[in-house]
Amino acid sequence: MCLGIPGKVIKTYTEHDVLMGKVDFGGVIKQVCLEHVPQVRIGQYVLVHVGFALSCIDESEAQMVFDFLEKMDQLDELKVPSPATAGAEGGSA
Amino acid sequence: MKYLDEYRDAGTAKKLADAIARITTRSWTIMEVCGGQTHTIVKYGIDEILPKEIELVHGPGCPVCVTAMEMIDRAHAIASRPDVIFCSFGDMLRVPGSHGDLLEVKSNGGDVRIVYSPLDAVNIAAANPTKKVVFFAIGFETTAPPNAMAVWLAHKRKLSNFSVLVSHVLVPPSMTAILQSPGNRVQGFLGPGHVCTVMGYTEYEPIARRYKVPIVITGFEPVDMLEGVFCTVRQLEAGQATVENQYSRAVNREGNSHSKKLIEDVFEICDRKWRGVGIISKSGYKLRYEYRDHDAERLFEVEDIETNESSECISGQVLRGLKKPHDCPAFGTRCTPQTPLGATMVSAEGACAAYYAYGRHLESRNRPAVAPSRQPLVQIETKRRETTTVGSTP
Repeated sequence: MCLGIPGKVIKTYTEHDVLMGKVDFGGVIKQVCLEHVPQVRIGQYVLVHVGFALSCIDESEAQMVFDFLEKMDQLDELKVPSPATAGAEGGSA
Repeated sequence: MKYLDEYRDAGTAKKLADAIARITTRSWTIMEVCGGQTHTIVKYGIDEILPKEIELVHGPGCPVCVTAMEMIDRAHAIASRPDVIFCSFGDMLRVPGSHGDLLEVKSNGGDVRIVYSPLDAVNIAAANPTKKVVFFAIGFETTAPPNAMAVWLAHKRKLSNFSVLVSHVLVPPSMTAILQSPGNRVQGFLGPGHVCTVMGYTEYEPIARRYKVPIVITGFEPVDMLEGVFCTVRQLEAGQATVENQYSRAVNREGNSHSKKLIEDVFEICDRKWRGVGIISKSGYKLRYEYRDHDAERLFEVEDIETNESSECISGQVLRGLKKPHDCPAFGTRCTPQTPLGATMVSAEGACAAYYAYGRHLESRNRPAVAPSRQPLVQIETKRRETTTVGSTP
């Protein structure tokens, strides 16, 4: 029920003094009320629920989980000895 | 699609599941609040790729499920009137009341229409001035801004033939009710991401402090859910209990100020009865007095509502995380999405309906609440396709 779908704003206009827009959901274009995201610009992504934009999607925040995982990978690489080093250690035992 | 596909990536999900396994040392019970999150968990088998120590229990966040049967019966009575066009989101049409569902009203000649948005119902009112157009305004805080906008706009456009049957519910009081219930097992919450796009998450901070539970505001895709579990387990293992925001691409602490103001202008807080749970104090919205001319409950008096809930149904305990769908002897036999006995089977986002849709009624009823074996995470997409096929088998 609380479904929210991200879509790209491709046009804005006013209807009955309410800010509206056309939003592209992967090729499907829908009319969306943008009244509560008045700062939105063409090309930005908004989170839409029942034809109503609830928030603008923050691009830098959207990247955070992937940055976090990349850092974790780098830490893992530091912990795991390379095959060459492991072999040398094995040989010395 | 951007902002969807990358959050469904199996490789990223596997890294997160591995990270959760590395930090988990003890058993933890975590509740996802929202029905959309329950659906993601069951659809992608997220609970089955977590370490066996982590149990996910399913919360009350399906507004279709928890709408009281009295309100469904009231909707049917109003929709049956010849002078009414009754508009609703599609998933309310199949919800059974005491005397059938809205689809039956429609097949008996009632003018019942599915709308994508509440604003569509306002336009129907403008196009049909001789009819009374009623919109069934259900939902959590996520749906409150569009529903409030519909009322505000109809008022501004002087559409006196538009009204709403309001059955709004609120998340924080339901979480408090769960934490206060005897036998509560929930140690941490995945908070409702889309509710918090509107309201922010300041309301959750006193709950985390008072009940010493971590609350991680979480999105709805598999990667979101796994990161939400990771953050919750990290807090639990460290003995912390704060509100954390996993869904920061859409949620900020204060929420949407425009939406909050409109909600405040149009609605006021009231006590609300939840199907399967009962009355929870200050857990709903009703229209403010200034908008009484758009209040369908006032405009259409419906008398003599007597409801009859199944005595066998355990949905109240499922909604509070005390039991799982498998614990019910009627699950998948006497109770199915076609013949639901109670709240959690009536909508696709209810825990019982989600379990049924993805084939879990075909699994052993004696299986333990926690899945005994972990599925290889790289099969996450494959599993989804397979289970969908299984779910469609009669």
